[in-house]
Amino acid sequence: MTALIDATGLEKIFRSRGRDVAAVADVSLSVGAGEALGIVGESGCGKTTTARMLLRLEDPTAGRIIFDGTDITTLRGAALLKFRAQAQLVFQNPFDALNPRFTIRRALAEPLNNFGVPVSEHAERIDAVLHRVRLTPPAAWLDRRPHELSGGQLQRVVLARALIPGPKLIVADEPVSMLDVSVRAGILNLLREARDALGLAAVYISHDLALIRYVCERTMVMYLGRVVEEGPTKELIAKPAHPYTRALVAAVPVPHVTQDRAQLPIRGSLSDAASVGGCAFRGRCPHAMKICTDQAPPLRSITPTRQVACHLEGAML
Amino acid sequence: MRSASAILRFFRSEPFAVIGGAIYGAIVLVAIFADGLAPYPPKAILRVGARVARYLPMSADHWLGTTSSGRDVLSQLIWGTRAALAVGLTAAVAVVAIGTVLGLLSGYLGGWVDKIITWFADIVLGLPFLPSMLVLASLTRPGTLVVILSVAGLLWPNTARVIRAQVLSLRERAWVEAARVTGCSTGRIMFVHVLPQVLPLAALYGSVAIGWAILAEASASFLGFGDPDTMSWGVMLQEAYANQALSRGAWNWFAPPGAALMAMVLAGFLISRGSEKLLFPKLAEQ
Repeated sequence: MTALIDATGLEKIFRSRGRDVAAVADVSLSVGAGEALGIVGESGCGKTTTARMLLRLEDPTAGRIIFDGTDITTLRGAALLKFRAQAQLVFQNPFDALNPRFTIRRALAEPLNNFGVPVSEHAERIDAVLHRVRLTPPAAWLDRRPHELSGGQLQRVVLARALIPGPKLIVADEPVSMLDVSVRAGILNLLREARDALGLAAVYISHDLALIRYVCERTMVMYLGRVVEEGPTKELIAKPAHPYTRALVAAVPVPHVTQDRAQLPIRGSLSDAASVGGCAFRGRCPHAMKICTDQAPPLRSITPTRQVACHLEGAML
Repeated sequence: MRSASAILRFFRSEPFAVIGGAIYGAIVLVAIFADGLAPYPPKAILRVGARVARYLPMSADHWLGTTSSGRDVLSQLIWGTRAALAVGLTAAVAVVAIGTVLGLLSGYLGGWVDKIITWFADIVLGLPFLPSMLVLASLTRPGTLVVILSVAGLLWPNTARVIRAQVLSLRERAWVEAARVTGCSTGRIMFVHVLPQVLPLAALYGSVAIGWAILAEASASFLGFGDPDTMSWGVMLQEAYANQALSRGAWNWFAPPGAALMAMVLAGFLISRGSEKLLFPKLAEQ
């Protein structure tokens, strides 16, 4: 399979108060055209930093990113601009993602101007993209400003702004977490429709397994900057292999109070995380063994499509 | 329309700003119509019969009396508003322009650009205002230009610091990042996206700078470093002082320019005080 975006060994080290903090360590991923990958994990697990590196909003301290056959890790200037037109971001908070002073028309025309689309095509493309996100008739929306729109409407504009340059990859960072539950499905369906119609690759970042199951074929679970498990979403949720994934799946709220729920097979909190050497999860893991302290588990294949980073063997997984 | 009514509401809730605005408005009108308003040419030596009309007290002919050389004080005061506004506005525009651009660069670019600008601003902030201006004036040709340059050169760090702080918070907003993703260049982000957001703050510092600049011009003129050919309030005060107006009790000569200066600086202060509530509503609530 030739992937649209292929990242290997991504690493991001932030310097904080003189200390080096690895936000992301040795993350590799690839997404093919038309495919959707979900990245899940709790706050601070490095999922957003990973997404930002894929979009070259953050420079990785190590690793390589190949996009559509080109190494984009160190692109600058015109080449970077060309990449930006092909990889777009859908923001978490639609209330903050649009310049409050720009009308919708200006917000949508700006990317076209930046990417050198001739002015004669602007009106037509803006019209088309507003139809795509169901803000119709477009003329009714063009001269409004962000404060006149609701969260769901704003997120449609944000989505339109991401789609208008004609990207091949869309990264959605918690695309609906700031929205009312009633409009979430609408936005997710629009995203899916746009992906299907345009054959876009997508990376969804979320802490919400239910959302990931709804939109992603493949899922990657991150814990403290590392990938702990990766595989087809359905399998991963039905039979989670890594103890951390099991905990995540068990933590998903169920709609019936009477329904039996598995006890959370996890102890402590993120602050109990082991910092140096060994498995990062061992401090909270119910199955921690001696080897977990001595040696960090490498990501290994357990089936042809699934990978896990855990020392547990066979039936324990 | 909406912004007009918002401005009206603001003025009703902020009497200080209204007074300040009224003073500015009056001074601007006087400066514009100085030719028509002044009863005499400001430098004309007036005579009563064959004698020079020295030290005339206030009267119907000369509302504010005359000076030691027989010039009409009211006419000088009216013409002085032009000099005051010219110096004040030019210097304020210069302060705002330099301060805003440097604050923007410093806050948005960060790194060594930020270090150099902050370092430079700290040094300039440490310079005493009047002595530095006098040194500059004595090293070059005294005149209005030197006053404007020194006001601009010495007051920009105040504006730059505030703008920098504001930009530091704005640059973390998602729509700044959104601008990057959609291909905006750094310059475009700074000047098209961020700059309009900090302009009101810059304007506020400009209104303070107007007062400072006028006061600086008056001080320089009073100390003899001004432009002797311009008719300004500072020049009036300097002449009054040199001719011992105070010991002669010629209040009508030196009190009006002093009061005009005070009113102008006060207006700047009142406006900035009022707009504080507009710019920082959270502070006003406390």
